[in-house]
Amino acid sequence: MDPAWLNGLLGGVMIGGAAAILLLGAGRIAGVSGLLREALASAFSLGSGSEPRRGGEAIMFILALALSGAAVAYASAPADGPRFAAPAGLGTMAFAGLIVGVGVRLGNGCTSGHGVCGLARVSKRSIVATAVFMATCAATVAITRHGLG
Amino acid sequence: MRMATAALDGVLFGAGLVISGMADPMRVLGFFDVLGAWDPTLAFVMGGAAPVMAAAWALLGRMATPVFADAGPGAPGAAIDARLVGGAALFGLGWGLSGLCPGPAVAALGYGGAAAWVFFLALAAGLFAPAAPAWLARRMAASS
Repeated sequence: MDPAWLNGLLGGVMIGGAAAILLLGAGRIAGVSGLLREALASAFSLGSGSEPRRGGEAIMFILALALSGAAVAYASAPADGPRFAAPAGLGTMAFAGLIVGVGVRLGNGCTSGHGVCGLARVSKRSIVATAVFMATCAATVAITRHGLG
Repeated sequence: MRMATAALDGVLFGAGLVISGMADPMRVLGFFDVLGAWDPTLAFVMGGAAPVMAAAWALLGRMATPVFADAGPGAPGAAIDARLVGGAALFGLGWGLSGLCPGPAVAALGYGGAAAWVFFLALAAGLFAPAAPAWLARRMAASS
């Protein structure tokens, strides 16, 4: 389904809807970084003290997200499968993943937690965090695509 | 019911991430490529998500409690400190290098191949790295 802006809007509404359901149903913020950490901690008994039931829900959420993403990608893909173009080699992707993990842990949130949920409730922390990570991201792209070499 | 809600939520979130283009690193980086060929799609993603969440927060304010829980999230912390800013900066750097943030990283596991998995595993390691020294110290103290 084209065009991209419409898909963006539709997908955004779905993301917002999912976050809304989690908030109104379970009373929690749909920060994927936090949910992922909870799921992994629960799955590997790395105990951060969270109740077992919440850990189970986090695992369910993450698994459902992964399966759904794959299903939609395959369902909407061209005949030879979904395309996924990584912008960098495996070494950079690994480094990037590591600092994203440390960064969202220290900053206590990611795009969904701060950028969607936090901004929507006009949280000062989220406004600052979102501004910082968006600016840093843009600066990084500017340097890697236009600045060096 | 809560497990069913978590599952439904994950399905909706994952689908939304892929449909919106958030799980497409090149499209995401296109939004941040302010000096190059700018792709505005992410603005529409936020434009779709933000009003829905704003309505949800307003609705929560009118409810005694969430449907399945005793309380909603507390008020956001006030502290804008080095951890917040430093963490956000690190996150932004990693996002700018890879085009992936946590949600899309999970959503892409089923089709993103080695790049997606390498990112995800490193992300998982990074999530636990800040707490690892204290955790290890506790484990060592407990077993000695």
